[in-house]
Amino acid sequence: MLKQIEGSHAVAEAVALCRPEVICAYPISPQTHIVEALGEMVKTGHLSRCEFINVESEFAAMSVAIGASAAGARAYTATASQGLLYMAEAVFNASGLGLPIVMTVANRAIGAPINIWNDHTDAMSQRDCGWIQLFAETNQEALDLHIQAFRLGEELSLPVMVCMDGFILTHAFERVDMPAQEQVDEYLPPFEPRQVLDPAEPVSIGAMVGPEAFMEVRYLAHAKQMRALELIPGWAEEFRSAFGRDTGGLMHTYRCEDAETVVVALGSVLGTVKDTVDGMRERGAQIGVLGITCFRPWPAAAVRAALARARRVIVIEKSLAVGLGGIVSTNVRTSFSGSPDAVHTVIAGLGGRAITRSSLARVFGKALEGRLEPLTFLDLDAALVERALAREREQRRSGPIAENILRDLGVVAARVG
Amino acid sequence: MFQVRIHGRGGQGVVTAAEMLSIAAFREGRHAQAFPSFGSERTGAPVVAFCRIDDREIRLREPVMEPDALIIQDPTLLNQVDVFGGLAKDGYILINTTRTFDALGVGEFVRGFRAEHLCTVPATELALKHVGRPVPNAALLGGFAAVSGRISLASVAAAIRETFSGKIADGNVAAATEAFEHVMKEIREAAHAQAN
Repeated sequence: MLKQIEGSHAVAEAVALCRPEVICAYPISPQTHIVEALGEMVKTGHLSRCEFINVESEFAAMSVAIGASAAGARAYTATASQGLLYMAEAVFNASGLGLPIVMTVANRAIGAPINIWNDHTDAMSQRDCGWIQLFAETNQEALDLHIQAFRLGEELSLPVMVCMDGFILTHAFERVDMPAQEQVDEYLPPFEPRQVLDPAEPVSIGAMVGPEAFMEVRYLAHAKQMRALELIPGWAEEFRSAFGRDTGGLMHTYRCEDAETVVVALGSVLGTVKDTVDGMRERGAQIGVLGITCFRPWPAAAVRAALARARRVIVIEKSLAVGLGGIVSTNVRTSFSGSPDAVHTVIAGLGGRAITRSSLARVFGKALEGRLEPLTFLDLDAALVERALAREREQRRSGPIAENILRDLGVVAARVG
Repeated sequence: MFQVRIHGRGGQGVVTAAEMLSIAAFREGRHAQAFPSFGSERTGAPVVAFCRIDDREIRLREPVMEPDALIIQDPTLLNQVDVFGGLAKDGYILINTTRTFDALGVGEFVRGFRAEHLCTVPATELALKHVGRPVPNAALLGGFAAVSGRISLASVAAAIRETFSGKIADGNVAAATEAFEHVMKEIREAAHAQAN
C-alpha cells in the first residue's frame, strides 16, 4: 500500500510487520520517532504479543535485547550517535554471542563538539564489531532492509544493524510502499533460534574462552560473515520476486557499464550523486555510481568486479578516520585492481553539512581533469581553518577551538542550507 | 520539479506545513519529498522546511537552494534571514501578513516579479478565527494552492484531515478555504490592475 509518511514511521511499521516480541529503547535524536511509534503500537494493541521495555540507558537497551534474544525472542532496538557508543561493549557481546538482534542506527555525528546532525561516524565506529551493517539509500529501502535484516540475522544467527541517515531519511516525508502482513509473514518465518535459554533444556550462553579456542570462535564469526556474502544476493532476489522491489543486496550500480570514473558512496547521498552524474553524462562524461548497501561484511569480490573497468574511483564518505582520511575508501582500495592512487577520498557532509549537486559536480569535474587531490574535504571553509591555525600560532592559550570558530563565524540562523 | 521553501519560526508549524503539502501532492498521484532544515528548533527561532513535488521519483537530498515558491509564515523574518535566496523572477511569494509588499519594505526587491505571483494572506488572523490558535500553516497552504495552482484546495483539505482530527481539522480546513478565496481575489485584482 502506497503511503506518504515520515521515514521513522515507515521503519516503525515495517518493524511491527516483522512481529518483534521484545522492543527496548532509550530515546536519542534522530531515532526517537521510530521507537515512539512502536511504543504507541504496543500500547494500543496494534502490535500484540510484544513487550516494550523502557530502559535507563543505551547500555541497558542492548543488554535487554541480548537477554531477550538469548531467551528466544525476536528482539529489536534503535539508537544513534553517542547512544551507540554508550552501548558499544554490549554491541560486541551481541555479535560475539551470535544473537540475531536487529537494530536501527539513525546515523548521526559523534561529539565533541556536540552535534545532533547526520553523518556516518557512529556506524563506522562499530564497523568491526561483528554485526552485519546495511545502509539504506531511501526510506523505501530502509523499511525493506528491516524486513530482510530479521531474515538474514536469524538465518545466520548474527545481529544486523540497519543504518539510515538521521534527519535526511528519518525525518523526511516521502512515498513508500508498505507491504501487507501476509507478504511479510510469508517471507519471514517465525524465529527458530540456534541457541536458546530454555528451562526445559538448560544450557549456559557466554562461556569464558581462553587462548586454546578464542581464535577459533573468532574465526567462525568471520566465516559466518563470509557466508552472508554468499547468501545476501539470493535473498535480495527472493525479496524482489516477493515484493517487486530491487532493494537490499550487496550493492547497486548506476550507469557503470562504460564508466571510466565511478563514484562510490553509502546511504541517502546516493540520490544527489546520481542526479549529479546524470547532469555530467549529458555533457558526455563517462561516469557512473556504485552504492554500497552491505558495508559489513565487505563485499570485496563484488566491488572488485564493479570497478573492473574504472580508471578512477571517487569515494564520497560521511565519516573521517582522523589521522588517516577515509574509512570507506580504505576498504575500496583493498578491492580495486588498479592503482591505489586512483582511489580518491572525498570527506563530505560531516555533522550535517549539506552535500549539494554543485559541490559534487565541481569535485567530480576536477577528478575527470586529473586534478583531484587524494584527500578532499568537500566545501571546507579554508579561511575559517586558517584563522584558527593563526590563533594557535600567535598565542599559547588560544582557547577552545569550537567556541573560537563559532565566534569567528557569527550568526548562523540566517542561513538556509 | 517544483520546489517550495517555507520560512517561519519554531511553534508556527513550519515543518508540519511542508509535510502536509507533500501529502496533498501525494494524494494527486505526484511524488513529493518534505523535510525540515534540521536545526535545534526552539520556539521563536527561525525554522526552514522544504517540499519538492515532481512527476517522477525525487532523489535529490540537498536543501532547496533555488525555490520556485516561498511561503513566509512570519514577516519579521524578512529583516533577519535571507528568505529570498535563490528565488527566480518568475517565482511565487506568499507572505502571512495584513500589510502590503511595499509596507513590508520588500517592494523594491520584488519589482520585475509577476504581480499575480506575489500574494499576502492574513493567515494568523484566519487561524485565530477558525482554530483559536495563532498557527498559520494550514491557512497558508490554502493560499499556496490559490497562488501557485500546483495543488487543489481539496487535496490540501484532505492532507489537513490526514494530519489533524476533529475540531482542529475542521478549523484548519475552514482557515485554508478562506485563505484560498482571499488569494484568488487578490490574483483577480492583480490581473484586473494589469489589464487597466
